[in-house]
Amino acid sequence: MLAKRIIPCLDVTLDEASGCVVKGVEFVNLRRAGDPVELAKRYNEEGADELIFLDITASSDRRRTMIDVIERTGEDVFIPMTVGGGISEIEEIRNILRAGADKVTVNTAAVKKPELVDAASEIFGSQCIVTAIDCRRNFEDLEGKEIVELEDGTKVWYEVVIYGGRTPVGIDAIWWAREVERRGSGEIMLTSMNTDGRKDGYDLPITRAISEAVDIPIIASGGAGTLEHIYEALTVGKADAALAASIFHFREIEIKEVKRYLKERGVEVRL
Amino acid sequence: MVQSSRQSKRIAILDYGVGNLKSAFKGLRRVGADCRITADPFFIRDADGIVLPGVGAFKSGMKNLEPLREILSDAVAAGKPVLGICLGMQMLLSLSEEGGLIDGLGYIPGRVVRFPQDMGLKIPHMGWNTLKVRHDHPILDGIMDGAYVYFVHSYYAVTAKDELTVATSRYGVDFAAIVTSSNGNVVGTQFHPEKSGEIGIKMLENFLRMCSTSTKNFKSLG
Repeated sequence: MLAKRIIPCLDVTLDEASGCVVKGVEFVNLRRAGDPVELAKRYNEEGADELIFLDITASSDRRRTMIDVIERTGEDVFIPMTVGGGISEIEEIRNILRAGADKVTVNTAAVKKPELVDAASEIFGSQCIVTAIDCRRNFEDLEGKEIVELEDGTKVWYEVVIYGGRTPVGIDAIWWAREVERRGSGEIMLTSMNTDGRKDGYDLPITRAISEAVDIPIIASGGAGTLEHIYEALTVGKADAALAASIFHFREIEIKEVKRYLKERGVEVRL
Repeated sequence: MVQSSRQSKRIAILDYGVGNLKSAFKGLRRVGADCRITADPFFIRDADGIVLPGVGAFKSGMKNLEPLREILSDAVAAGKPVLGICLGMQMLLSLSEEGGLIDGLGYIPGRVVRFPQDMGLKIPHMGWNTLKVRHDHPILDGIMDGAYVYFVHSYYAVTAKDELTVATSRYGVDFAAIVTSSNGNVVGTQFHPEKSGEIGIKMLENFLRMCSTSTKNFKSLG
């Protein structure tokens, strides 16, 4: 049976020679958390199903450093690797895949230039192209939007935000999820700004709504604080994979622990 | 000609298009292979084994492989071990239904079909799934039933004879996860051994051992 995946995310900022890993709290106030290659190896040993490296500085002249991180990680780590953060060109995608990554995520560039998703999936295959969708609840202008009901009965719609969560663009996240699927994206990584960095649980209503709206796998992201949160994302939220960063970086929870917990609760995982 | 004095086995990873070839390279190097990502006919001809990687569509894969097809077929005819991975595995079959009916390399009798679309399954089948061992094959030395391996695909192979399907996995249907030619020298994995952690590395090691064993046979053929 196909296992649900546990994916540690390494938010990499490359302002020093070898790069370092950080995790944002609501995408600001960055905290340092170690060397990416060493951390990637540790996650692999702990049973991560996949690794995602997000370049949160993402300036083009520093891309070379991320490629170096992928190449060095690939010497010892033989599980799928995804790279994201500021990717906007076909050539960048080609270089990242050639370095040993299996997938890339596109985010802001896909919103600004949706043809990028078509072109990239055409050239490299849908399985390579993950669209990262960042969104946040909007309580106004509900008309014509895909309405999602929160746990307390409040009706909202989810608006796509870009530039690391700072800029709302007026696009409905559920519509956008269907759109990137149609354009050839093979997977969606979904982050809600309302839950990201708070360790209070994933945004289950939007995770579930998008999981049900599309036929491609969904990676739930943003808000993991406990084992129960991860379980909920994969069951209530119907996600295919759960991503977390800081709880793994700071060893608040170990990946093995997550998997044992999920297994006990009847979720199929690779142990 | 194959040199008998050589310590590590030479593996040619066929380079015929886009995609991540580096992981297969690093995986094979990890288990001690002298490998090269190459389209050089001379290196391929002298290699102890050949890896046929692949991502993307069947039709363009076959088209891109065309310049290397003859040398690959000669190697197969001579009994040289070949490992096809993912699309590389699918191309080992007789034909594929992807994009019409497209002829494959035909080293393994059978066809490639799409996952049924009426089962509510997410396509592609992507992620870690378990192996069910059906028949013995050297590629499975030390691999237990139920081992997890990493898949990404929308099509799968159906071999003409049951015994050519070495292992299956289940996603809505039971499908071929590992296939082989009747003499065992050509083997294909639908999953990515180079992305399947320790289990996958073990299989690459097994493939390398197949290359050592068959070198003798190859040489004895003259």
